[in-house]
Amino acid sequence: MTNFTQFFRSTIGRKLLMGFTGLFLCSFLVVHFAGNLLLFRSDNGVAFNQYAEFMASNPAIRTMEIGLFLGLMVHIALGIRLWLANRRVRPEQYKVNAGSDTSSLASRVSFLSGSILFIFLVIHLRTFFVPSRFSSSEVSMYHLVQDAFASPLYSLFYLVALALLGYHLRHGFQSAFQTFGLRGKRYLPLIEMVGFIFWFLIPLGFAAMPLFFYFGLS
Amino acid sequence: MALESRIPSGPIEKQWDAHRFNLKLVNPANKRKYHVIVVGTGLAGASAAASLADLGYHVTAFSYHESPRRAHSIAAQGGINAPKNYSNDGDSAWRLFYDTVKGGDYRAREANVYRLAQVSGNIIDQCVAQGVPFAREYGGLLDNRSFGGAQVSRTFYARGQTGQQLLLGAYSQLSRHIGAGTVKFHDRREMVELVLVSGRARGIVVRNLVTGALEKYSANAVILATGGYGNAFYLSTMAKASNATAIWRAHKKGAYFANACYTQIHPTCIPVSGDYQSKLTLMSESLRNDGRIWIPKKKDDSRSPEDIPEEERDYYLERLYPSFGNLVPRDVASRRAKEMCDKGLGVGPTKTAVYLDFKDAIDRNGKGWIEEKYGNLFDMYHEITGEDPYSTPMRIYPAVHYTMGGLWVDYNLMSTIPGMFVLGEANFSDHGANRLGASALMQGLADGYFIIPYTIGDYLATTTFDPVDESHVEFAGALEAAQGLTERLLAIQGSRTVDDFHRALGKTMWENVGMGRNKEGLKSAIDSIRKLRDEFWQDVRVVGSVNGLHNEVERAGRVVDFLELGEFMARDALHREESCGGHFREEHQTADGEALRNDKDFSYVAAWEFGGDGREPKLHKEPLTFEYVKPAQRSYK
Amino acid sequence: MNLTLEVWRQENSTTPGGFVTYTVRDISPDASFLEMLDVLNDDLVRKGEEPVAFDHDCREGICGSCGIMIDGRAHGPQKGVATCELRMRCFNDGDRIVVEPFRAKPFPVIRDLIVDRTSFDRIIQSGGFVSVKTGGAPDANAIPIAKNAVDEAFDAATCIGCGACVAACKNGSASLFVAAKVSHLALLPQGQAERDTRVVSMVAKMDLEGFGSCSNTYACEAECPKEISVSNIARMNREYLRFNLITQK
Repeated sequence: MTNFTQFFRSTIGRKLLMGFTGLFLCSFLVVHFAGNLLLFRSDNGVAFNQYAEFMASNPAIRTMEIGLFLGLMVHIALGIRLWLANRRVRPEQYKVNAGSDTSSLASRVSFLSGSILFIFLVIHLRTFFVPSRFSSSEVSMYHLVQDAFASPLYSLFYLVALALLGYHLRHGFQSAFQTFGLRGKRYLPLIEMVGFIFWFLIPLGFAAMPLFFYFGLS
Repeated sequence: MALESRIPSGPIEKQWDAHRFNLKLVNPANKRKYHVIVVGTGLAGASAAASLADLGYHVTAFSYHESPRRAHSIAAQGGINAPKNYSNDGDSAWRLFYDTVKGGDYRAREANVYRLAQVSGNIIDQCVAQGVPFAREYGGLLDNRSFGGAQVSRTFYARGQTGQQLLLGAYSQLSRHIGAGTVKFHDRREMVELVLVSGRARGIVVRNLVTGALEKYSANAVILATGGYGNAFYLSTMAKASNATAIWRAHKKGAYFANACYTQIHPTCIPVSGDYQSKLTLMSESLRNDGRIWIPKKKDDSRSPEDIPEEERDYYLERLYPSFGNLVPRDVASRRAKEMCDKGLGVGPTKTAVYLDFKDAIDRNGKGWIEEKYGNLFDMYHEITGEDPYSTPMRIYPAVHYTMGGLWVDYNLMSTIPGMFVLGEANFSDHGANRLGASALMQGLADGYFIIPYTIGDYLATTTFDPVDESHVEFAGALEAAQGLTERLLAIQGSRTVDDFHRALGKTMWENVGMGRNKEGLKSAIDSIRKLRDEFWQDVRVVGSVNGLHNEVERAGRVVDFLELGEFMARDALHREESCGGHFREEHQTADGEALRNDKDFSYVAAWEFGGDGREPKLHKEPLTFEYVKPAQRSYK
Repeated sequence: MNLTLEVWRQENSTTPGGFVTYTVRDISPDASFLEMLDVLNDDLVRKGEEPVAFDHDCREGICGSCGIMIDGRAHGPQKGVATCELRMRCFNDGDRIVVEPFRAKPFPVIRDLIVDRTSFDRIIQSGGFVSVKTGGAPDANAIPIAKNAVDEAFDAATCIGCGACVAACKNGSASLFVAAKVSHLALLPQGQAERDTRVVSMVAKMDLEGFGSCSNTYACEAECPKEISVSNIARMNREYLRFNLITQK
């Protein structure tokens, strides 16, 4: 066990945890996205509400929710820790920085994109998760969605946040595989392909939702 | 003092074994009581320090670099020889021995060379075990190539970075000991004085290059592995910091300096392009396998090379040496290039270069073939000169590359100062008057891994040591001398920079003590270097202070020694009235302009004893006898 | 060409430093960056001023001594070269160039542009070797090694230890340096006996020396003068995880 503590104290051990929680959160995105596709059904939200009800009441889901929350916390805590520690490594900053000549912007701003995503997440949960779980009266999630995305500002905020999510994953997804030591010649094409689904297609699909409601296509 | 070479008797192939048996051993439990100082941690020094620590000796190593991995051994490109006969082409220790003695133009000690050939196979084994990634064939066995005109394939290589890989191997072993605390390593320390107590080497004084402080270290024996002195020429392929301070100051304390005039000039270097130039870059001589060397027949031909028609070109090596052509040995190719440029036939902006043309090879085999074979060298040339050698010929010129001379050592690698051993390029031992390609790495590692570990034990076991530590009066004296030198330099406050003097010295050396030497030139060199030295002590301006890191103070100390060593090299060259290997006296050449040896009068090692400041050194001769390889005139016609 | 240089000057590790502006004139485009600094230093020395201290030695890109941050780029704007190989023709007449030391806490400045990189040596000392004593090595051909394995090991082993990877990394991580050595030895049969302990000790030492954590920006690979691949970092991670999660008893 002491060896394990040592392992998770090492830079590589922490990175592993970072990548692992990141991919775990990605897996949640798939479930979330698949369920939300019900929003596009023209049944005035019946199916979606049933799905929302199931998600809120099923004990298995509720248990997984705790895991998800813990994963998120670990991911965030490690991110902050990493950011703080890495800042200390260079007390005297360079006068000129190379910028994107040597590395992608996405890879350099993942702490920033992550931080903004966190703000988004709080607002997102406040809008949808809290009413669904903690409201005493019966809530139609479908109508909640409909109302929320009627606001242009709120919808725009979503679009920006989803773009950032894509940006965060653009670096994060493949980075996790590098951390696991799997980003070699053999797996790289596969990682890039699946990565594309995560950083482009899924955020795009999510972005379709506010647009769908804002433009009143429901 | 008579020179005692301690060459064992008996048939040459049994000498080393017999000698090892006769060497006294140090009891394993006592080894840690013996303290050995190693100065310089390149191939020879790092391998020696690690091997001695393996045996259990108490070792302290010093380098003026921040890390042993920065030593200039790292820059060797070609490879390392060993007669493993993996190529099944009839190689043997005998053949390597024969080739090396002949290549050295019969001015090396047979016994040393045979031993070198004998242990060289073990070096390859050792390096492979350390994880040195030598080139391999598809079947997984080691690949060999023929190098430097050898008729067998015995050169082991790691692309064009063999020196790097071997040094990193030795460095890894030294690091293992440093990490374990079994070797103490002091970085950024330059040895400035050798300390003798009752005539024995008992320690050193070093300058801490960061703080400027002088530090004293005592030991039972001192090993110098501080490399060659080619930077006496200012421009050379050596690293900028390579210097002769350690060996020169040891010489002044009593170590004889041998064969100082044997200097190797490498033919395929990138020519000087301007006054700002700080060093010369070597390109592997393998280029001569496919490139053709030529110059315009007409003087001051300003046309670009492509515009000079075939009949107006002089492929002078092919003309002069029909059978060897462009593949004549290094010394011949270099000398001829200089001769052509001196006649005013040189090319390029400074007129000190000849063309090395790959057009025929490209037409014959295609650009891709050349690219695969020499791609990295072509890229390097392109990077440095801005010219594309695929479309225009390269310009090349010779440059000082290696010094065969060095401190005189006996068969045990001990200098004339008891307790001071000298390894690698810093000693004079194995290459005679000319070094063959892929032999420098071999010698450095042979000395460090497989010779010094045995021979130093004999000295330690047979010597009774007085208890001596850094508080001994001799240490105080040496420290004072070193301190005094720096203070004296700083006090001059003249008008010329250290670099000015170094460049001026280099110019004189290159003109008069370079590839072609003659009596007049050497005498004038001695005079002008003496004059330059006087001017230096009157007019140099050294910026800096005694404390702290000051590059100018470091350099000034080194130039002080080069200014003395330069004159000394000229003296050695003047005394040697013959031509051999890297020493070409224009008065002594055959009708065809080849080196003409004088075996009757000069078949000896010239070991010089320091005569005192400003006084002439005293010559001691170690006769060379050739029982196994009979001297003959080299011919490459 | 004429240039304006903003050079970091710092007398020693304890005194704070700052930028000083210099101009250099009539620089040949064929000169190397270090030769351009030589010209500057020659001017300074002639004026009796302390020259700009920088590390350098072989000046042919193999010893790893030189290392300067040039306009925010480790070893300057050209790919695959060390500072000593960088030619002035990469710049334009009249350019203003910012010249800084490699910066990272484990690389303290010694003077001006010279930094102390002995932390790299200490990492090697912690396990970057095969423990073989001199003597007793088996014949060099006793163990065949696949050509592609040895070629890959060689590619990793070409690291010159200059520290550009650390200097270029926004996190000051030494992962590429450590990974190059771990890879080199993990790929060879000779390195197998100590394969596990090596990666564990070297990573622990790297962390202890205070290098930052890798966040896979790959700036190290972009700036490495020997163009060592970040796939070596993946291999190091794999080696580390393999030991900690699978093979460790």
